[in-house]
Amino acid sequence: MARKLIFFLPIAVFVIIGGYFFWGLDPERNPSDIPSVMIDKDVPVFDLPRLNGSGVVGFDNEDLKQGTVTLVNAFASWCLPCLAEHPILTELAKRNGIRLYGINYKDKPDDAAAWLREHGNPYARIGADSSGRVSIDWGVYGVPETYIVDGEGRIRYRHIGPIDTAAVEEIILPLINELNK
Amino acid sequence: MFLCLIIFAFPTLAVEPDEVLSDPLLEARARELSKEIRCLVCQNESIDSSNAQLAKDLRLLVRERLVGGDSDQQVLDYLVARYGDFVLLRPPVKPATYILWFGPAVVFVLGALAVASYFVRLKRRADNDVQTPLSAQEKLRLGQILADTPQEETAVDAPQTATRTAPSGRLDS
Repeated sequence: MARKLIFFLPIAVFVIIGGYFFWGLDPERNPSDIPSVMIDKDVPVFDLPRLNGSGVVGFDNEDLKQGTVTLVNAFASWCLPCLAEHPILTELAKRNGIRLYGINYKDKPDDAAAWLREHGNPYARIGADSSGRVSIDWGVYGVPETYIVDGEGRIRYRHIGPIDTAAVEEIILPLINELNK
Repeated sequence: MFLCLIIFAFPTLAVEPDEVLSDPLLEARARELSKEIRCLVCQNESIDSSNAQLAKDLRLLVRERLVGGDSDQQVLDYLVARYGDFVLLRPPVKPATYILWFGPAVVFVLGALAVASYFVRLKRRADNDVQTPLSAQEKLRLGQILADTPQEETAVDAPQTATRTAPSGRLDS
């Protein structure tokens, strides 16, 4: 009996390798999505100054521990996908009343302020990260990136790339609702 | 002029002059370390060879930490704490990566065992064949066959067809 089982070995090997290939070919899978190691960890210690001309103040890590869920979005005026997600973020902040903070990533303050004047400013606070160093501490490797931070200042979710309505409805809103309970 | 350009051409480096440290020893360490760190934007390039902005920022960060007195390992730990093991081009050996590191060796050993057992079995079969002696009946029969055979047929190189059709001699001789 054991001898005959060995004939199923190639099939088993094929199924395992085929399974990996199938996973690799999944069109939903984005190979540039790097899982964040910051999930469920405290936000890094930082203190970002205000973005001149934005009309809102900057923020630090203590501001994210005040018991309110915060959406932290890294953006830049030179970043085109940021413009694509801008209306969605605006709607989240306005209609859903979600607290939205912005990290202005490696931008010129004048450019960023002009960009916000032109497209509207949905951010309650904006920190200017001109060197990009604070963003590195967050694990940002490109803009836009969006983090959901719970009331205790822990990172609960990271979204890479522009947010779309599917991500809002399937992940972001359900998670925020759950954290607000 | 063009010839000069060709003769004195050198590979373009991602590391820009303003990044280079004045201490050549630290700079050499930074270069070696940078080759181990993945650029998260281009993903299959090290930050030493990538021209991405983030790679430049990370190169500066590495140098800053080395100047600040960090060991090589401390610099890598700092980056892993932010970007995970993915930032290392050489994955660390730990339980989650055992398959990656030892899988090929295990497959090789299994394959070698399979090949070895095949040859062992082949050898054993051959040994068994040699050791089986002829039975008395078989010996008798063999003696009869040998006795019946004409002299010419015992020649090893004699063509079989020729011997069958003409038992007394070769056709073409």
